[in-house]
Amino acid sequence: MPIEVRLAWRNLWRQPKRTLLTTGAMVFSNVLLVFMISLQVGMYGLMIENGLKVFTGHLQVQAPGYIDDAKMRLVVPDAVALAGKLRDVDGISAAARGSTFALASSEDRTYGMAVMGVEPDHEPDVSSLPGLIGAGRYLDAADAAEIVIGKRLARNLKVDVGDELTLLGSGLDGSFAATVVTIAGLFETGIPDIDRGIGALPIGHFQDVFYMGDAAHMIVAVAPSLEAVPAAVAAVESQLPADGELVVHDWDALVPELRQSINADLGGALFMYGVLVVLVAFSVLNTQLMSVLERTREFGIVMALGLKPGRLGRLVLLEAALMGLIGVFAGAFLGGLLTLYFSVNGFTYPGLEEMAAQFNLPGRLHPEVTLLSLFAGPLVVFAFTLLATAYPAFRLRRLKPVEAMRAA
Amino acid sequence: MTAVRCIDLCKTYRQGEEDIKALDHVSIDIESGDIVCLSAPSGGGKTTLLNSIGGLDRPDSGEIYIAGQRIDTLSKSGLAELRLNHIGFVFQAYNLIPVLTASENIEFVMQVQGRSRGERRDKSEEILAEVGLAGMGDRRPAEMSGGQQQRVAVARAIVSRPTLVLADEPTANLDSKTSDELMELFIRLNETHGSTFVIATHDQRVMGYARRLVKMLDGRIVDDIDQQAA
Repeated sequence: MPIEVRLAWRNLWRQPKRTLLTTGAMVFSNVLLVFMISLQVGMYGLMIENGLKVFTGHLQVQAPGYIDDAKMRLVVPDAVALAGKLRDVDGISAAARGSTFALASSEDRTYGMAVMGVEPDHEPDVSSLPGLIGAGRYLDAADAAEIVIGKRLARNLKVDVGDELTLLGSGLDGSFAATVVTIAGLFETGIPDIDRGIGALPIGHFQDVFYMGDAAHMIVAVAPSLEAVPAAVAAVESQLPADGELVVHDWDALVPELRQSINADLGGALFMYGVLVVLVAFSVLNTQLMSVLERTREFGIVMALGLKPGRLGRLVLLEAALMGLIGVFAGAFLGGLLTLYFSVNGFTYPGLEEMAAQFNLPGRLHPEVTLLSLFAGPLVVFAFTLLATAYPAFRLRRLKPVEAMRAA
Repeated sequence: MTAVRCIDLCKTYRQGEEDIKALDHVSIDIESGDIVCLSAPSGGGKTTLLNSIGGLDRPDSGEIYIAGQRIDTLSKSGLAELRLNHIGFVFQAYNLIPVLTASENIEFVMQVQGRSRGERRDKSEEILAEVGLAGMGDRRPAEMSGGQQQRVAVARAIVSRPTLVLADEPTANLDSKTSDELMELFIRLNETHGSTFVIATHDQRVMGYARRLVKMLDGRIVDDIDQQAA
């Protein structure tokens, strides 16, 4: 080991309590950062998965332009067959879906609602909504004249399971479309907009009522994981006709607000992490400044022996780097262990499980240990440690050997 | 050959309201291989002259040459190079690096010079034996007596064979027996390596070992005695 490294290492332990306190602060903040970042990564994964699970799926096949302006005539031809073809792609679940607006009338009231035509057999694979039926049952036949609606909408319309609803809307060709459907079940997602504004019909009946022929408005598909979405997009694209009549959008394009809300949350978290890192940096600055000040005489001596101020500064930086490396590795190790424990066993807090159960979502958060979550925080702390030491190191450049050697 | 040449050096310090003339038009030539004592009472200017020759301090005016090279105009970095490769220092308070062992203290200078690990180790063992500390290389300064620490400091000063060794009150913290031993070591090293020794002291015993005695008072040279001739 070079003498400079030995010297730096031994200098650190001249004041063991001070070094331990500073290193301890680093390790503590690194453990916290590793756990928090891992928790956030896991939470964002859950947010995305659960946000997409209700409705949107990981990706959708649509007609060009439908994403910006959901016009009735922008359809996916032969949608049920195409969905079947996509289901043959390894790892992909897919279901065709039609979508329009209609007036829903009960005996007493009329409300506007979004009406979806879904494949009852395959919709549960791409949406959590079928699992959220609180009363009655989900749809079970592809062309039955029945519907499931949100509980709030049912309350507003003053209807219940078994009652009839009249739907009035426009067909694909612009003509008047109407049907009477029986309420098979009521769902409750906990999301007010969905619970009071959406209903689902079997796709066969939807196509009949709205003159869709064999078309629908989208194929909703789900990949095995979020990480697999880009590959799934490519695989789905390869199954589409090459005439450009259909396009594939991933979840990021379909629900940009999801990414925005994650970014907003991330911004807040980064601010908090920043405060933590700055606090640690000040602790390092204090330690190194004290350490440099109390060794002024010694620095004067080594300068007298011929050490240049720049090299002296590097020695002080080396001391901080050694301290920082302990912080990085001990922090990443301990933080990794803690995170690993919770990633296996899950992490919850009072009330979370009850709230999540209401939305048909898992009630425990599972932090996700990745290289990024393990080392991103500790490496930032390390960089700030060196930055905080730059000032004491820079001060040494102005040191004069004779004056330094006179210091007590 | 002239090892050190100082021409008309002046240096004034401000102390409170008063200007102190540490060097007052000092000129001196020191020949290679000589052992010169600078003697003065406290504040007489001997340490300022020693520091100026060693490039640790800059005179307000005048010129300093070491082995023919003018040094008072060198940059900080240039002076550091000069000290590293041509000058060895021995201080009153030993000034060893406390966290390094005796061997490491000696090797430190050679490491800064960029010498190989093997060469550093060999030279360090060799010089420790030369100063009478064979087998004590792994001791830290706190585990050694004052005399032993000063010997390590001398070993550190001469290990890279400097042309000039500057010693500032090297015996001030030593008893008379150890002082004699240290001065005998200086004489031996001077004879063996041919280094020039300039020693600032007000210790009469030390002055007795010097070949030349330069007496200073109030920043001026007041006497210059060739003790060999005397």
